[in-house]
Amino acid sequence: MSAAEEVVTEAPAVEAVPKRAMTLGYGTSLAVLAALILIPLFVKNFIIFQMTMLLIYGLAVLALNILTGGSGQFSLGQSAFYAVGAYTSAILMEHAGMNYALTLPIAGLICFGFGFLFGQPALRLSGVYLALATFALATAMPQLLKLGYFEHWTGGVQGLVVTKPDAPFGLPMGQDMWLYYFTLAVSIAIYVASVNLLRSRSGRAFMAIRDNEIAASAMGVDVALYKTLAFGVSAGITGVAGGLGAIAVQFVAPDGYTITLAISLFLGMVVGGVGWLPGSIVGSAFIIFVPNIAESISKGLSGAVFGVLLFLVIFLVPHGARQVAIVAQQLIAKLKKN
Amino acid sequence: MSPTRQLAVVAAAFALVTASGSAALAQKKYDTGATDTEIKIGNIMPYSGPASAYGVIGRTEAAYFKMINDQGGINGRKINFISYDDNYSPPKTVEQARKLVESDEVLLIFNSLGTPPNSAIQKYMNQKKVPQLFVATGATKWNDPQNFPWTMGWQPNYQSETVIYAKYILKNHPNAKIAVLYQNDDYGKDYLKGLKDGLGAKAASMIVAEDSYEVSEPTIDSHIVRLKASGADVFMNITTPKFAAQAIKKNAELGWKPLHFLNNVSGSIGSVIKPAGFENAQDIISSQYFKDPTDAQWKTDKAMIAWNEFLDKYYPEANRSDASVMYAYIVSQGLVHVLKACGDNLTRENVMKQAASIRDYEPAGLLPGVKVNTSATDFAPLSQLQLIRFKGETWERFGEVLSGDVGG
Repeated sequence: MSAAEEVVTEAPAVEAVPKRAMTLGYGTSLAVLAALILIPLFVKNFIIFQMTMLLIYGLAVLALNILTGGSGQFSLGQSAFYAVGAYTSAILMEHAGMNYALTLPIAGLICFGFGFLFGQPALRLSGVYLALATFALATAMPQLLKLGYFEHWTGGVQGLVVTKPDAPFGLPMGQDMWLYYFTLAVSIAIYVASVNLLRSRSGRAFMAIRDNEIAASAMGVDVALYKTLAFGVSAGITGVAGGLGAIAVQFVAPDGYTITLAISLFLGMVVGGVGWLPGSIVGSAFIIFVPNIAESISKGLSGAVFGVLLFLVIFLVPHGARQVAIVAQQLIAKLKKN
Repeated sequence: MSPTRQLAVVAAAFALVTASGSAALAQKKYDTGATDTEIKIGNIMPYSGPASAYGVIGRTEAAYFKMINDQGGINGRKINFISYDDNYSPPKTVEQARKLVESDEVLLIFNSLGTPPNSAIQKYMNQKKVPQLFVATGATKWNDPQNFPWTMGWQPNYQSETVIYAKYILKNHPNAKIAVLYQNDDYGKDYLKGLKDGLGAKAASMIVAEDSYEVSEPTIDSHIVRLKASGADVFMNITTPKFAAQAIKKNAELGWKPLHFLNNVSGSIGSVIKPAGFENAQDIISSQYFKDPTDAQWKTDKAMIAWNEFLDKYYPEANRSDASVMYAYIVSQGLVHVLKACGDNLTRENVMKQAASIRDYEPAGLLPGVKVNTSATDFAPLSQLQLIRFKGETWERFGEVLSGDVGG
């Protein structure tokens, strides 16, 4: 056993987060929900589109958060699951003429299976080695999508154009607004399910593995099963997010799902706070809006500006949005006392 | 004044008023993005990400429009050029296009770069009826006015180039045995299709070997060896600059001297021919539509001097051996030409109408004889190419300017 490996296994991959600290209080949750429901009524379609993307990337970050924050496994391969979900939805909609809403559970199921299977070999790896294995998956995916064998279905490098759905039942709202509320409903359902999952027996098993694998197995947790399960659930949610992304963007192409996307999602998770589910949406906002801010500061150096901003965030609030939330909570409690 | 005369005068006066009134109306008509003082132009470029080398196109365009503004703008209106980064990632392109159209409220999106990014926004732009003008990609599908009346290409498309080579082969070497090497992606396949279409019924018998390579391969030497073994006497070299230079070198090493056609993507003397060695590149045939800034024969050319003066003043840090800088210089002139033709009727509809009625326009930088032409049914502004042959240390033009229009 090499020294390097020991270091890797000794260093706590993810800081233990008690499960109650994984969610928001009821009051805050309702306030956030009200904001998410009301804001689109007053803003332009473009902002609604951005908010839709915010929810979609939020879901993808949430999925990674369950994997890393919940079960302590790293993944730089989320873009691959996202791509599979996006292509599943797009192909079913455009080639099979299926309703967009029905394609999402299928995308989720296929990705769940894909993730579960990938989780099997990943069992033997941990820490940085696992991160590298998933990294390989992410780099391979865009090329696989270009393969000649699948070209009839995937459209090869040209990609596939997806038709945007209209609001059903003659509801008086535009396509963008309808899609936003549809996405919001899916996101809330997945968020609630994820919170419950982490509070359940399975969630406790995930966290036991995260905190100490040997102790967990000594307590009778089937480590192999729960580790692969965490991969499957994470991939499944990412797949649903990918499907929603394909519908919102109306286009899928291999260039949209490169390793850059996987790293963005990872970044979103860290900025939002590892293991803190509500932080997912903050992380998602970071990866969508901060590059735009960086670009408005300097076009030529947008990458460098983005780097500086990221560095500041990591340096000032290493635990991401969770830290900010905790500080805010303490301040409010103090004010209440006085 | 008799009543009839009075009536006549009133009628005349009324006619005059309505005439001038409608003239005034015709004079100034605006859509979102245009006012008396400003025209907002949107643009999307990969300033970061895998294709960031093309970012210089956006920078050159910004510099060019700054020059136009310093010279007083277009019919008194300044160009407000808003260019965003999309990382060459289609989802980001959609976001940026929507931002430009719905938030910045631009009149049109100009010269957005790349086939996948432009495919991603084509439907949206046409739904919104916002011009997606002069897209920066050589794919053939942009010339499709019937289905996408708000999208227009710019440069000669890949297929038309190999159609021209095919015509040349059929005329001068009807019994040729052709070996093709192409990059395995949309660009390579588009070229191959043009070649086969151009050869027509004889394609199957004339093409004796076909080989493709992946962009990720470090070298294409083995492919060249295989193609040489096929006994072909014509080599169709559909490769990007790095591989083109390798192919030229390898041919010389093997002593294989077929009639060598090189696609114009890799025609740069500075980045392909020189590294491959001038002596190895003699008699290669290629094609061009604008002047290669690294070609010594244009040193004292008027357009080249103007280009250099523009760069000196507005974009001094530009790399002058980069063909993209010349490309951007020419396409920017194209946009200014269209906007000038719009006069005071700056509606999106009129922009497309003017863009679709360009006649024999020659922006500075194009080769002599190459002209921009469009019509309601032809959305491929540039479709002419000049055949060139490498002699000594420069490209020599030969034959007439050829046309190979292909629809999408």
